[in-house]
Amino acid sequence: MSRLTTLSIKQLSRKFDEKSICPKELTIKTFSRIKEDNKKLNVFTALTEDHAIRKAGESAMRINDGKKLPLDGILVSVKDNFCTKSVPTTCASKMLKNFTPTYNATVYDKLEKAGAILVGKTNLDEFGMGSGCIDSIFGSSKNFWSEDYNNPRICGGSSGGSATSVAAGFCMASLGSDTGGSTRNPASYCGVVGFKPTYGLLSRHGLIPLVNSMDVPGILTKSVDDCLQIFNTIAGPDKLDSTTIKKPFNPIELLKQIDFKNLKVGIPREYNCEGLTSEVLEAWTKMADFLEENGAQIHEISMPYTTSSIFVYSILNQCEVSSNFSRYDGIEYGHRADDETSTENLYAKTRAEGFNNVVKNRIFAGNYFLLRKNYDKYFLKALKVRRLVSDDFSKAFKNVDLLLTPTTLSDAPLLNEFVKNHNRDQCAVQDFCTCPANMAGIPSITIPVKLSSNKLPISLQLMGPNFSEQLLFSTAKFIEDSVDFLSNYHKM
Amino acid sequence: MFGIIQLNLCKLFNRNLRIKTINNGHKTFSTKPKLKANVFKSVIGLEIHAQILSESKLFSGAKNTFASEINSCVGLLDAGIPGCLPVLNKRCVEAGVKTALALSCAINEVSMFDRKHYFYSDLPSGYQITQQRAPLAGKGSLIFPVITPANNSKPYYKAVRIHQIQLEQDSGKSLHDDELKISLIDLNRAGIPLMELVFEPDLEDGEEAAALVKELILIFNSIETCSCKMEEGALRVDANVSIHKEGEPLGVRTEIKNIGSVRGVAQAIAYEIERQKIVKIGGGVIINETRQWDAISKTTIPMRDKEVVQDYRYMPEPNLLPLHLNMNGNESDELVNVKSIQKSLPVLPQGLRDELINKYKLSETTAIIIVNDPVLHKYFQDIINSNQLRSPKLITNILINELLTTCNKNKTDLEKCPISAKQLGELIDMLESHELSLNLAKLVLQEMFHNQKSPQVIATENDWKQISDDKEIRKICEKVLGSESGQKMQQQYKAGKSKILLAIAGEIKNKTNNRINMAKVMDMLKELLK
Repeated sequence: MSRLTTLSIKQLSRKFDEKSICPKELTIKTFSRIKEDNKKLNVFTALTEDHAIRKAGESAMRINDGKKLPLDGILVSVKDNFCTKSVPTTCASKMLKNFTPTYNATVYDKLEKAGAILVGKTNLDEFGMGSGCIDSIFGSSKNFWSEDYNNPRICGGSSGGSATSVAAGFCMASLGSDTGGSTRNPASYCGVVGFKPTYGLLSRHGLIPLVNSMDVPGILTKSVDDCLQIFNTIAGPDKLDSTTIKKPFNPIELLKQIDFKNLKVGIPREYNCEGLTSEVLEAWTKMADFLEENGAQIHEISMPYTTSSIFVYSILNQCEVSSNFSRYDGIEYGHRADDETSTENLYAKTRAEGFNNVVKNRIFAGNYFLLRKNYDKYFLKALKVRRLVSDDFSKAFKNVDLLLTPTTLSDAPLLNEFVKNHNRDQCAVQDFCTCPANMAGIPSITIPVKLSSNKLPISLQLMGPNFSEQLLFSTAKFIEDSVDFLSNYHKM
Repeated sequence: MFGIIQLNLCKLFNRNLRIKTINNGHKTFSTKPKLKANVFKSVIGLEIHAQILSESKLFSGAKNTFASEINSCVGLLDAGIPGCLPVLNKRCVEAGVKTALALSCAINEVSMFDRKHYFYSDLPSGYQITQQRAPLAGKGSLIFPVITPANNSKPYYKAVRIHQIQLEQDSGKSLHDDELKISLIDLNRAGIPLMELVFEPDLEDGEEAAALVKELILIFNSIETCSCKMEEGALRVDANVSIHKEGEPLGVRTEIKNIGSVRGVAQAIAYEIERQKIVKIGGGVIINETRQWDAISKTTIPMRDKEVVQDYRYMPEPNLLPLHLNMNGNESDELVNVKSIQKSLPVLPQGLRDELINKYKLSETTAIIIVNDPVLHKYFQDIINSNQLRSPKLITNILINELLTTCNKNKTDLEKCPISAKQLGELIDMLESHELSLNLAKLVLQEMFHNQKSPQVIATENDWKQISDDKEIRKICEKVLGSESGQKMQQQYKAGKSKILLAIAGEIKNKTNNRINMAKVMDMLKELLK
């Protein structure tokens, strides 16, 4: 493992200033390593080498001219459900295999304008529907920490490619998306920081939607500092996304010192659920103890609607999917079947060929829930329960400042074990701890805290009320410093 | 007076109809089936789609320009490109609010957008964004005049309730070539802002429906929220029609889609009512279906309909926040300000009619005719405003009777009439001062069609001025009376045949080429023959 890739963005940037590293050389070197390592990891749906080397040259020139942009020379990857101008954006689906957008997603656009360099688009479960990064037309991505690449661990999903690209040191940061945990779940399995912001702080313009009311762009990095730097670069109102917060965004600075005496941390007992491994439970308990030792008040609390969350998520997800996916008809773009006997037949065959079974199942179910006769019984009721889940958080945050929970119930499962379960059941287990935050729209961050007995990352999640990013990042940073998980990378 | 007006009502409508005569080859409705159909009552409800007059589309920011090159006004959103989100065009909200206020609707402080799903090739997203659950505006009402051109019944006012007004996207256009088996799609129209106006079924026949549409067009023109160019599809009328016997529940309704002209509305509904009557009298059953008005054959024909009732699987649009309006008039916030729009409303057609009736003492019928045609109304305003002493009645008579006749004679639309209000005003002054008779005025009008000279000049040049000078009239009368035939007639008159006076007057009229003031001639003759 290259020493360089364990540097933070700030450290690397300083090396560019000092001219001890040249962005162009770094980019070329990184690509030669990507091409080698990616064979076993299968991280990318597309590599953008020519583009990256050209951009790195531009960065180098700006640095030489003393006109360096904040992220000049910083390599990033982007999940393949964000539109990238002139770079194919497939959502890992046959439906969009030939789709090349004419525009950039706002969050990627901001990265590019800040000097960041795209190395490639990362693998995902088709349209983000999964939690293993296995249901992709490009095949499954493999966990960087796998003991045996012939019997690999899953990297989690759906942003598995993004998490792996950061863990493997192919880039400094990756954009993922998080609808029910799709950023935090793979971050947890891959030993990287995964951040889901407050709904509305990051623009969704150009993020190909799964569930509009829950989707947020997510950020995956090696460290909390990097994560915050990326977040500060891309956050803020966007007139192209009406659901972004209108208020101008002020970059967040880490607190110099956390006022532990006045920090109340909630431990929701419902997260100690069936399937939680003893190792994760132990890590969780120890972290609570550690925070308490530092002066924080630890409160065990109850959030009774936690278990309903996954069912509500399932219904709302399928309803929005059935609606959002009506656009894929093969007329304007994307896959078009070879059947011109009638418009209806063309649609039917295009959609039958273009989507995998997971997508099709969700479309069917969603259309059923939205039928006039079922709307109240399913969709409306799900919205009401969603409100109850959200109320659980509002009530909790009256008494505590943050919640500490596991991110995933275990370390990364073996691929061949994981695929034995149906996609729906996979998600139900995998998203248990992450999905409630999407119901409520609140921010959440996952940080790796240790390696399991299998030498696989174990991570914990912090959640806070809306716009509590400063406290969230500061606390995550404190934990990161104390556990020193990054040293595990040095040892590899 | 009333007789003249009615006669010219037909002229007025002929004029309006003239544009459409290409399609009016045969009339299906001249021979109505004489069945005992009068026991049926008909019930009509309209749904009207009005394209909002705006620079750009409802959600995409693409241009909203009619007749642009195919697929040249298409934003990414309009093409259903994934990842693009709708952004509400504030101007369209303002237009919607303005329209709702003009129709006395209750404005909803908060309204919401929904997705209505159906697959169609000119609907790239697979759903239309509309306002199903919480529309922009609710209950309203409109009172409008109904004049029926065909029969001579008295104009009357009708009230219709508005159920709701919602904002929504228009769809694109498909062109199907059945022979080549291809469909061509133009997305220029996709995403154009529409207001859907849903009316309660308060109307009774096609003429009322047409009058309602006519009134709406006048309102739209005055508030400038819709171009109302029906030939461009800017205003499209759907009519729900049912019939039932008095005392019985309402019948099954049919829906006539996309009627494209005001007269089409009247004709399509009249046809559909008759059709339903014939079906019912023949023992048949009306089925709930969608029909299409064929303006050429003048019939409604069933549309190839979906066999099952569509379930649109409505769902809230998750990418748009609820639409909040500023109701309290605070000027500080960014929301659309209902109070300031209310203040900016111009005088609406009913207000204009009231002004004509109350201020200018014109009859209701005259007021309706004048306001129904914005060009006439403008003439009236210009003529009366430049001289408040002019007789409103005389002005409207000249406008409605003479000006329209002259336009018709010259095969010119009133909109393109070259005669200025100034010329007309002077003509009216000459009539009032008896410098012109009505007959001479007609000649002057015809002449003004071709040159821009003032009526004074034209009358002088052509020697068309009325002879009103008493001395001159006496001279002419004496001359005629002194002639051979004149003396004969004098004798007959003195023998008690008083009607012969008219014959003498007629001779004088002929002798002077119809230029003499006949009222004065009659007085003079009576005096001379005393």
